[in-house]
Amino acid sequence: MTALCETADAPIAPRALKRRLRHAERRRNLLFAALIGPLAFFVLASFIVPIASLLGKSIDNPEVHGNLPQTLALLEDWSGDALPDDATFASLAHELTQAAGTPAVANIAKRLNREQPGTRTLVMRTARGLPLPEGTPAREGLIQLDARWGETQTWHLLRNAGGAFTGFYLLSAVDRTVDADGNIVASPPEEAVYLDVLKRTFVMSIVVTAVCLLLGFPLAYLMATLPARHANLLMILVLLPFWTSVLVRVAAWIVLLQNEGLINQLLMWTGVTEAPVQMLFNRFGVYVAMVHILLPFMVLPLYSVMKGIPPAYLRAAVSLGCPPLRSFWRVYFPLTLPGIGAGALLVFILCMGYYITPALLGGPNDQMISYFIAFYTNQTVNWGMASALSVVLLAATLVLYGFYVRYLGTPNTDAR
Amino acid sequence: MATETRQAAQETPPAHVSFRGVQKTYDGENLIVRNLDLDIRRGEFITLLGPSGSGKTTCLMMLAGFETPTAGEIRLGDCVINRLPPHKRNIGMVFQNYALFPNMTVRENLRFPLSVRKFSAAEIDAKVKRALEMVQLGGFENRRPAQLSGGQQQRVALARALVFEPQLVLMDEPLGALDKQLREHMQLEIKHIHQTLGITFVFVTHDQGEALTMSDRIAVFNHGVIQQIDVPEVLYEKPANAFVASFIGENNALSGRIDSRTGDIVSVLLPDGNRIAVSAGDAGGPGSDTLVSIRPERVRLARERAPRDNLLRATVLEHIYLGDHVRLRMQVAGCDNFTMKTPISRLDRCPAAGEHVDLALAPEHLLALAA
Repeated sequence: MTALCETADAPIAPRALKRRLRHAERRRNLLFAALIGPLAFFVLASFIVPIASLLGKSIDNPEVHGNLPQTLALLEDWSGDALPDDATFASLAHELTQAAGTPAVANIAKRLNREQPGTRTLVMRTARGLPLPEGTPAREGLIQLDARWGETQTWHLLRNAGGAFTGFYLLSAVDRTVDADGNIVASPPEEAVYLDVLKRTFVMSIVVTAVCLLLGFPLAYLMATLPARHANLLMILVLLPFWTSVLVRVAAWIVLLQNEGLINQLLMWTGVTEAPVQMLFNRFGVYVAMVHILLPFMVLPLYSVMKGIPPAYLRAAVSLGCPPLRSFWRVYFPLTLPGIGAGALLVFILCMGYYITPALLGGPNDQMISYFIAFYTNQTVNWGMASALSVVLLAATLVLYGFYVRYLGTPNTDAR
Repeated sequence: MATETRQAAQETPPAHVSFRGVQKTYDGENLIVRNLDLDIRRGEFITLLGPSGSGKTTCLMMLAGFETPTAGEIRLGDCVINRLPPHKRNIGMVFQNYALFPNMTVRENLRFPLSVRKFSAAEIDAKVKRALEMVQLGGFENRRPAQLSGGQQQRVALARALVFEPQLVLMDEPLGALDKQLREHMQLEIKHIHQTLGITFVFVTHDQGEALTMSDRIAVFNHGVIQQIDVPEVLYEKPANAFVASFIGENNALSGRIDSRTGDIVSVLLPDGNRIAVSAGDAGGPGSDTLVSIRPERVRLARERAPRDNLLRATVLEHIYLGDHVRLRMQVAGCDNFTMKTPISRLDRCPAAGEHVDLALAPEHLLALAA
């Protein structure tokens, strides 16, 4: 047998065979490339590149670095113990004079102010006083404009803020900052809000996911066991909210949940409550609306997984002597885990990024991390902080996804 | 139906399972099972055989407890079990596609019924080991069902249905998904297991060969009614009616009219004017239409100097060589689908297509059934 093979294959060297294979497959590969090419380009241009550049902004630090290059170069050789030399003072005066009257000054002021509140006035006042009168030495002139130029701490600040890249935003996003000695320490309490927001985002996402699971599981089970005609009707009802705009749904919830709304009127009419129950602009309203919007994302994966579980499994378990509820728990439920995993992951990740619903239906203490990202991009135009918060959100999501693949992705592939 | 009384007359050990006047309808209009009376003896291998939609699986499901009878009662031993939920019936069941739990290993699958019954760990291990050895799957404990072949899955399903030592095992077309060779092998193996354990097996199939191979008794279902229930030999040789004759084994049916009757022999007038003597089956009196049934292997070519009665003139239409035997398709008395099956060794000379031959048909192998 082997001898036969050898004689038959002898004329074809393995390398030649590989080349032939490549040649034969080239056409097909080209076709595949042509088929996915447009999509790949679209994703790259509209998704990957913008996101990457935005994420880059979380460590980008152009304000000081770009506008005071010469001064920063001189500060590199500075020992840090005493005030810098005259050349550094002169360079700063020169570069600030050049920048005066352009947005650059405001940017420098804003950037320094973030490191040390109050520094804005230092920069703005100095810039207004420049250029220094002819013949005044830079050192005396600057200190005369603002006494803070006579403190080494100010120059440390300038040097620290002057790097091409900074961890400042990322650290701030997890309530950390760098102290004067270069150690990473907790931010002062009045600035340390982001960990709380992150925690709140997680808690709210967990609650919404859990409620979606509790409501979606029986529904999906019902749909999977009903005859097709009824299941299709239910499916349409599940999908109906899908086909309505999020804003419309949120508006509908406002109408329903407000103090004079339908639900409160009903509660008061039936005598359940005397006064209207506050259901809007608090956590309750946010949960109700988010669960409503996200329920299909839980039901659909669950349904598709349950649809694939033959009813014979439950019958077999019962025929083996296991009571129906226990059979369900021991046999059916484990088989739905891939669906629960997929649905919970989908809902949770969508929750983490929720913005419009909490913004419209929640109070100040119900805002999630996306709200602050929007706040920094729209209100204060602090791209660094917005990007840093996005990075934290993305990282949290990826870690979660990693867990999913590691712990819930495997049984599914195992079963196959 | 009529055979039931004959069965009862033989010997009557207490029935293990009995159906009395059981009816089942799903839509309130059509009866899937009509008035079923059936006694299953303790320790027997009984097969419910019939075409799809004949009610056999519904009967099994009612016995298992997954369907409730619309009327009548089902007894298991001395208890009426109509309202007993399936998990309290202690009946082993093998499902059509095995229904092995895919997320559990073979061992866990077998442990399942035992852990529910609160056996000790040592007992469970011993029973699982014994059950797996019985189906010759020792060493496969840690595989998952998906890692087993169809035949192995079938064995695991069987072991799981037997491991908790039920007195009654139900099987719903368990061999349908296997290829022919494996199926025949498993048929014998299941039969041997039944003989070893001596418990009651109720087997559902639409494959008559399977039923004949395995069963002590076969109940033939059609349209929700048991047509005949008997041991395989009787079922094959003396079918109670035309449906059983045609459903079990190959069968030639010649239509004719009953001319006269003497004792158990009737004289049948065939459309071509010939008269033949035939054993009386369930056919009616003189003048009624009948189907004369004969198995292909009972058809003989008449020898040269054979007695001239019960001979039929036939024209050979086709000659099919099958190695161990030959089949001849011929035209007889207006029926051109009459087959004869004979071992090659019994044939002196093989008639060619178009040749005319005489067929000798023994009255004891001919059966007049109601048309």
